[in-house]
Amino acid sequence: MARRAQPIGLWPGIVAAVLVLGLTFGTLGAVAWRAEDVSRLGPADWAAIRFTLTQALLSATISVALAIPLARALARRQFAGRSILVTLLGAPFILPVIVAVLGLLAVFGRNGLVSTVLGWVGLEPVQIYGLHGVVLAHVFFNLPLATRLLLQGWLSIPAERFRLAASLGFTPGDILRRLEVPMLRAMVPGAFLVIFLICTTSFAVALTLGGGPRATTVELAIYQAFRFEFDLSKAAQLAMIQFTIGGLAAALAFRLAIPSGIGVGLDRPRQVWGVSTGPLRVQDTAIITVASLFLIAPLSMIVLRGLPGLFDLPIQVIEATVRSAIVALCSAALTLLLAVPLAILINSSKGRRGAVVEAIGTLSIAASPLVVGTGLFILLFPLVNPVALALPITALVNAVMALPFALRAITPAHRQIEADFGRLAGSLGLTGWARLRLLILPRLRRPLGFAAGLSAALSMGDLGVIALFADPDAATLPLQLYRLMAAYRMQDAAAAALLLLICSLTLFWLFDHGGRLNADA
Amino acid sequence: MNYPIIAAGFLAIASTAVAQEKPVLTVMTYDSFVSEWGPGPAIEKAFEKVCICDLKFVAAGDGAALLARLRLEGVRTEADVVLGLDTNLTTAAAATGLFGLHGRDEAAFDLPVTWDDPMFLPYDWGYFAFVYDKTKLADVPKDFAELAASDLKIVIQDPRSSTPGLGLLLWVEAAYGDKAPEIWAGLADNVLTVTKGWSEAYGLFLEGEADMALSYTTSPAYHLIAEEDDSKVAAAFTEGHYLQIEVAAKIASSDQQELADQFLDFMISDKFQGIIPTTNWMYPANTPSGGLPKGFETLITPETALIYPANEAVEARDRALKTWLDALSQ
Repeated sequence: MARRAQPIGLWPGIVAAVLVLGLTFGTLGAVAWRAEDVSRLGPADWAAIRFTLTQALLSATISVALAIPLARALARRQFAGRSILVTLLGAPFILPVIVAVLGLLAVFGRNGLVSTVLGWVGLEPVQIYGLHGVVLAHVFFNLPLATRLLLQGWLSIPAERFRLAASLGFTPGDILRRLEVPMLRAMVPGAFLVIFLICTTSFAVALTLGGGPRATTVELAIYQAFRFEFDLSKAAQLAMIQFTIGGLAAALAFRLAIPSGIGVGLDRPRQVWGVSTGPLRVQDTAIITVASLFLIAPLSMIVLRGLPGLFDLPIQVIEATVRSAIVALCSAALTLLLAVPLAILINSSKGRRGAVVEAIGTLSIAASPLVVGTGLFILLFPLVNPVALALPITALVNAVMALPFALRAITPAHRQIEADFGRLAGSLGLTGWARLRLLILPRLRRPLGFAAGLSAALSMGDLGVIALFADPDAATLPLQLYRLMAAYRMQDAAAAALLLLICSLTLFWLFDHGGRLNADA
Repeated sequence: MNYPIIAAGFLAIASTAVAQEKPVLTVMTYDSFVSEWGPGPAIEKAFEKVCICDLKFVAAGDGAALLARLRLEGVRTEADVVLGLDTNLTTAAAATGLFGLHGRDEAAFDLPVTWDDPMFLPYDWGYFAFVYDKTKLADVPKDFAELAASDLKIVIQDPRSSTPGLGLLLWVEAAYGDKAPEIWAGLADNVLTVTKGWSEAYGLFLEGEADMALSYTTSPAYHLIAEEDDSKVAAAFTEGHYLQIEVAAKIASSDQQELADQFLDFMISDKFQGIIPTTNWMYPANTPSGGLPKGFETLITPETALIYPANEAVEARDRALKTWLDALSQ
């Protein structure tokens, strides 16, 4: 392939890719290297792998299938509270597992709202525990994420296309075929992939709602290998299997994804024609109402529970909140520092090479948090005290964990910018930093805001790596929440959970809204 | 106008400089021990008063995570004392070769069993038990067979990720031996769900999701003493209850042997033991001279204490896990 001068240097992207590889395969390698002998996977491990695949496939399929009509309804309707709803869509995904599970069970549990209402009319309580419970919880977590990702897709269709469609007398069916399906072909495989990957590393949700050891996932098997058997070889093998599953899924998704090539618009405000007819309106309203209820009911239970104790939380919880917020901001900044160069690298690499870089950027969600944490510990321990680095490591690991979502939002947007304006910018000699500052970053504002917000919110609620490195005197908010629960203080813990929800959402909103100013999304 | 802040900064630096002249004793323990609501802060204060040293805690998850971390660190560990393993872990811990003998073979404890481990010293203990709400549950099962025959729903913890979860397995195994698979088969439909850790299970129980949760006989003491709520009760089982004894030991390679010894003495003294009941919500290994806090006398006292000797616990553990997985994966 002939080498052309790139308008923007690619080395920052290469550095970012190497860093991600280090945190994923590097930590895995460290764990494997520390293993004393090689062990073989038993039938229980294979059962865990089968269950993991089944529930992840179901969860991702249902989440994305439901997200398509929801995102479309949100894209073509304007209503009071829409912006709040779009922000709340970020909420379930960023909640600490234990908080979300308690919220879900307050609605769908044996003693939950739904069962209580059924009881009034003389029906049996809902039976939530089982594979369907696992899927329900994963849909609760990921439907909003899928919706947000697909909403980006809808908003990326230029307003002129819809206007043209309207002037040509397109029916909703024509719009679907000509405009929406091509966009979905480009967006859906990626959204499906990230959700599938998130679900493959599920552990506490799957176990609790799965109702017992039938719902053993690979991550739980890793946990068992690590703490029950201290079998690092098995832990490393299982983590490798997680990567393999992730890698195969990624290869498939990238094969199915077809760039939409929908062309450039003039950035006019969005306005949708021809959908104010009766049946469509009723359909959209119904979809939005049902989805909102499903997502907001558990959140409301978390709010109701936490409210009584919110204003007299112990000072240590407040301190932890400040600490977590700082970590979250660093994490958001790091995510962008990694994601933008990676997106540029992906879009500048021809053919398969771009897909490989994209796969590397997506790897981190297939990584076992336990293995990443343990690997980092093994790597750092001979050099420094890992505990002293607990907070910076939390920020970095979360930045990398948020990277796949950031790339999903940023890479297509950047590709579009280069496709639409690249030639013009090239003819103007706009290269390097100037091209980034004048052309790319301003036009990437919306996905950048989304990515930063997601990263900050995720990092605010993270309890993956910090649990292994915890510095007793520098606890984060999620860690304090667990400590409150471990000390029987469930009321304070509920209040801390609410505080966490508020902080995560505020951070998400600030960034996301910042990115959407003037963008009418 | 920033002078006071700068001055405060200097003071802070100066005081750390002074602190650094004192020897540092590093105690590695589990996370809930060091939290603001656990025993850690009070113990640190009390020990630093008598030791002229700086007591530093390092925390890792729970007992099993603690041992895993220690194995990763090996002889290079900065810990001088490890506190928070239990008798199910001591054999594996001893096998690492990292621990030294405590040399307090004469020490006597108020435990339901005699203690003669030369390496690990107990600091607290408790019985596993199912806790229920007496205002909601009238027909309380008196043993596992009754529980299995009932339609009560229980939440338990996964033995692979939780210490109490493992305790329950060993409890059934110790009480029923060869009959354990039958008991678990009977219990399978009573198990509402299995959680990753104690907090999730107990949280679900308090939310009214289950009739009973696996916890400790001392759990009701928290509700009674801290919340003045006497509705939570532990169910007494006639088979006896499984014991958890939490222990500490010195790291053999530590360069703070004297301080570590001083800490172990402090650990079994009145001061430390008096802090345990209302912070760790367990029984102290040595009942302090002032007795147990008011409210502890209301707790059930099992007639039979079940426990595997440390060297048999590993084998029993693997057998019990297999039984449990077979019964609950149906």
